[in-house]
Amino acid sequence: MSFLSWGGDLAGGRGFAAVAAPADDGPGNPWFSWRYVQDNADAILSALRFHADLTARSVLIALLVALPLSVLAYWIKPLTGPILALSGILYTIPSLALLALLAPAVGTTSSTSVLIALVLYALLVLVRNALAGLTQVPAEVRDAATGMGYGRVGRLLRIELPLALPGILTGLRLATVSTVALVTVGALIGKGGLGDLILGGFASNFFKAQIVTGTILCVGLALILDLLLAGVGRLLTPWTRVRRS
Amino acid sequence: MNYFSEGLVWFNDPLNWTNPGGLLDRLSEHLAISAWAVLLGCLVGWPLGIWMGHRGRGGGVVVTLANLTLAIPTLAMLTILPLTPLGFGRPPVVVALAVFAVPPLLANAYTGLRQIDPETRDAARGMGLSGGQLLRRVELPLAVPYLAAGLRTAAVQVVATAALATFVNGGGLGEIIRAGFGVGMSNGGGGQIVAGGIAVALLALLVEALLAGLQRLVTPRALRARGRRATPSVVPTA
Repeated sequence: MSFLSWGGDLAGGRGFAAVAAPADDGPGNPWFSWRYVQDNADAILSALRFHADLTARSVLIALLVALPLSVLAYWIKPLTGPILALSGILYTIPSLALLALLAPAVGTTSSTSVLIALVLYALLVLVRNALAGLTQVPAEVRDAATGMGYGRVGRLLRIELPLALPGILTGLRLATVSTVALVTVGALIGKGGLGDLILGGFASNFFKAQIVTGTILCVGLALILDLLLAGVGRLLTPWTRVRRS
Repeated sequence: MNYFSEGLVWFNDPLNWTNPGGLLDRLSEHLAISAWAVLLGCLVGWPLGIWMGHRGRGGGVVVTLANLTLAIPTLAMLTILPLTPLGFGRPPVVVALAVFAVPPLLANAYTGLRQIDPETRDAARGMGLSGGQLLRRVELPLAVPYLAAGLRTAAVQVVATAALATFVNGGGLGEIIRAGFGVGMSNGGGGQIVAGGIAVALLALLVEALLAGLQRLVTPRALRARGRRATPSVVPTA
């Protein structure tokens, strides 16, 4: 359905797809054009906003689910194997296939289908890294905490989770960067944010400026979010810096 | 409505398999694209990774490359490459997929050579092996499990992302999903979309299982406990 409407009224008639390359900006079809960016600033910004919003929501939901899940796998050892195996199998399923399985049931025009697929992928990255971080807490540290009178929950909150923070943050960065790239697959149902921009450019006579603008913004968004999280990580884990210097 | 059973009904129609552009056509396209992409990825990733691992330099490059390709959407590669001198058709799709196959192949080849015990390397040198002999007789045989692990990661990823080729009319099993959307949900397209999704997912799981078997086969028994995937299994699928 949405495939037939690539050219014009993508995602509610934003209409950026139908714009032709401006004539005074190099011959024919330039790789990049400020003129295009200026003329279509609204459409580009709304695609960017949609993209960032979907990424943020997916990663946040995934984080909220992943943390309890990895603590569960950490506390109840027999659950670790099944949780990791399931995550491995789920991760092997291609994003397009997952979207194709979800979209008919959830709604072929709703961004919720994309959101669910993104949450599932981010979830697996987060669980794996959080679990790796938790299991790397040295046994002596755990013993010492128990000896100091910490209960299970207190030890988790005060000792184990803070020590697992580097692992959790690595997972968060990986999940964020790959989610930004994965959102583009949502273009299958016209809910791909910058992916819609890229695909729209391809569909309207291979309009290079639009494709490249979408790509640059997508990669840029991923890098900025990654740097942001790296900065947050440095602030949250000052001890890793001290050890290094 | 139960779209899953509609998908099974779609599978049950032999014409959906044998028609032009049916399941069998798309499957062979999918496999051909994937095979070429993995081959191209191996031709670039392995020599480079082995060379860097042998010299013991370039670890930073490997990490940077892996992180950078994580941020590039496959969709962008697929749409940009046909507009370059590569032209339209199968070559740009193969190259786009190969770009994402290189990092796991490269990283695993590099790690495979770097993880070798320095004492082993010293002993081989002491026995009078030259650099080339060391590489051929000692380092490469010991790195085989890692090369196989890289091949598995890369191949599964390529088979998974080859489904996205449909966005640029590149063929493959993704076409079935997209054609399902073309039919429309009200005309029974839902079943076809789900069927396409099942087909793509099954193929990826099958390739994963087959190559896991291959990896086990080429790993000497003594190394099996250690021969894990060198890259964390967080592979981007887009």
